[in-house]
Amino acid sequence: MKLDDVQRIAHLSRLELNQAEAEAVLPQLQAIFSLVEEMQAVDTTGLEPLAHPILFLRDLAQPMRVDQVTESDSRAENMQSAPAQQDGYFLVPKVIE
Amino acid sequence: MSWHNTPIALMAKALAAKEVSSTELTQYFLGRIDAGKQWNAYLDVNAHLSLEQANKADQLLSSGKAGKLTGIPVAHKDVFVTRGWKSTAASKILAGYQSPFDATVVANLGIPDENNPHGAGMVCLGKTNMDEFAMGSSNENSAFGPVLNPWNSAHVAGGSSGGSAAAVAAGLAPIATGTDTGGSIRQPAAFCGLTGIKPSYGRVSRYGMIAYASSLDQAGPMGKTAEDCALLLSAMSSHDPRDSTSLADSGEDYGRYLNQNWKEGNTNPAKPLEGLRVGLPKEFFAEGLASDVAKSVNDAANLLQSLGATLVEVSLPKTKLSIPVYYVLAPAEASSNLSRFDGVRYGYRANEYRDLGDMYAKSRTEGFGSEVKRRIMIGTYVLCHGYYDAYYLQAQKIRRIIAADFQAVFNQCDVILGPVAPDVAWRLGEKSKDPVQMYLEDIYTLSTNLAGLPAMSVPCGFNANNLPIGMQLIGNYFSEARLLQVAHQYQQSCDWHLRQASEVA
Repeated sequence: MKLDDVQRIAHLSRLELNQAEAEAVLPQLQAIFSLVEEMQAVDTTGLEPLAHPILFLRDLAQPMRVDQVTESDSRAENMQSAPAQQDGYFLVPKVIE
Repeated sequence: MSWHNTPIALMAKALAAKEVSSTELTQYFLGRIDAGKQWNAYLDVNAHLSLEQANKADQLLSSGKAGKLTGIPVAHKDVFVTRGWKSTAASKILAGYQSPFDATVVANLGIPDENNPHGAGMVCLGKTNMDEFAMGSSNENSAFGPVLNPWNSAHVAGGSSGGSAAAVAAGLAPIATGTDTGGSIRQPAAFCGLTGIKPSYGRVSRYGMIAYASSLDQAGPMGKTAEDCALLLSAMSSHDPRDSTSLADSGEDYGRYLNQNWKEGNTNPAKPLEGLRVGLPKEFFAEGLASDVAKSVNDAANLLQSLGATLVEVSLPKTKLSIPVYYVLAPAEASSNLSRFDGVRYGYRANEYRDLGDMYAKSRTEGFGSEVKRRIMIGTYVLCHGYYDAYYLQAQKIRRIIAADFQAVFNQCDVILGPVAPDVAWRLGEKSKDPVQMYLEDIYTLSTNLAGLPAMSVPCGFNANNLPIGMQLIGNYFSEARLLQVAHQYQQSCDWHLRQASEVA
């Protein structure tokens, strides 16, 4: 991993790092990935990835529910923590000029 | 009456016998919280709301509508969204956040009403401090300052459920909820001298639990005794249609075996654990384990043996690999889960930005702490095209080996015994500079989350500096009631779990 990679990942993560921060985080990420490299020594040929622990025991059907209205209008409560709003809508900077 | 030394099993009896009211208990603990701010255990307390709930609990108690836990106060880790109290996951990005709904755990334990007819009637004391988004092993990653250990305030309380652990250890709550993604219930419980259990994945609903790594996150109780944990877990766990990974058969009485002998038909009171096979994984006692921790865990094994159990050496050969596997999978899931924090619908928004993209980046950069950013970046990297197979899929394949290794071991024993952590609580600041050193501390706890198994932390001694040592009991899937039985029988023969934290008045 190089400094360019750190900036590229930061951008993909929608995080900003200045040069000094990127230089500070690089050796930390390098140390973590040298730990992660230990995985490469394991032969996993023919093994299925395990995404979820209960799948190790049994197949899980996606639970389905009846398609019916279960909630009443709670717009005011749902929007009480919005950083900016107007007329019941979330406000964001102008996207289309 | 020193209620902060009283297990909730006895508190419930005192409430039923009208020896004390819920309001009196709640006032007692609110008073202690006010006088015990030095631990930084709580992030939000609202005496008015707590006393309002206590009043409702007292009405249930006097009208004969009370359940087992009605009126008992409980503290919630700040990862559970809670109506009325702020819900922040100890992050600046959620500072001041007010949830429009209760997490299922909060509702299950809370005061019953028309929307929540099965609430256990417990009183919320407030929200406890934690590592930001549950990412950490020392509670030093909280945006609102670290939690101090009530056994020695120069030491960490452990993490990520450090506030819950310190609250119970300092007598600021009789019991608390926690969550465990890689050891976050068990390790702070061990560091603060408490009993805690992480149940099997799927036992407790994750609805309203602010997500870190969804295939690993699981909630559980942290208290003084195994009996108290059984009481709280029975009320916490339920099948929840709002969590697609919630198991259909989750509601059970986890305390049903507590006072039984392990083997049916065994009537020898001196050997309650006869027939129990305890596996000691040699990898859990290898290099890296502090000698005083090893000694206490071995003493505990010998005590179990004297109660009738048989000890067998077993092997979990991929124990060390659980660290890289976890630190690929958990950050990968976190990078996806935390993409919701964009400064639009809730949470922190930066004051200055050029456009929408800049607003996202600046809000996230200013809102997240450094460990959270590190894990988001690791997760983003391992999910990138070109690295996905080598890191993410490889980790998921080794995860399958780790789960299979446990099944091989459970052919040889009924429970696994080992340490919770390689050492006791370290000094504040001692490991916070080096993330890898901190990650290595999780070696004994990560594999059970990867496999989805239930595991407990039980106090089993102290080191020379009077810091608590915890032993870990790991069971097979859905064997929580059996783990709690073993822990309860152990606790009938020792008093480690009853010691009072040295700095607590």
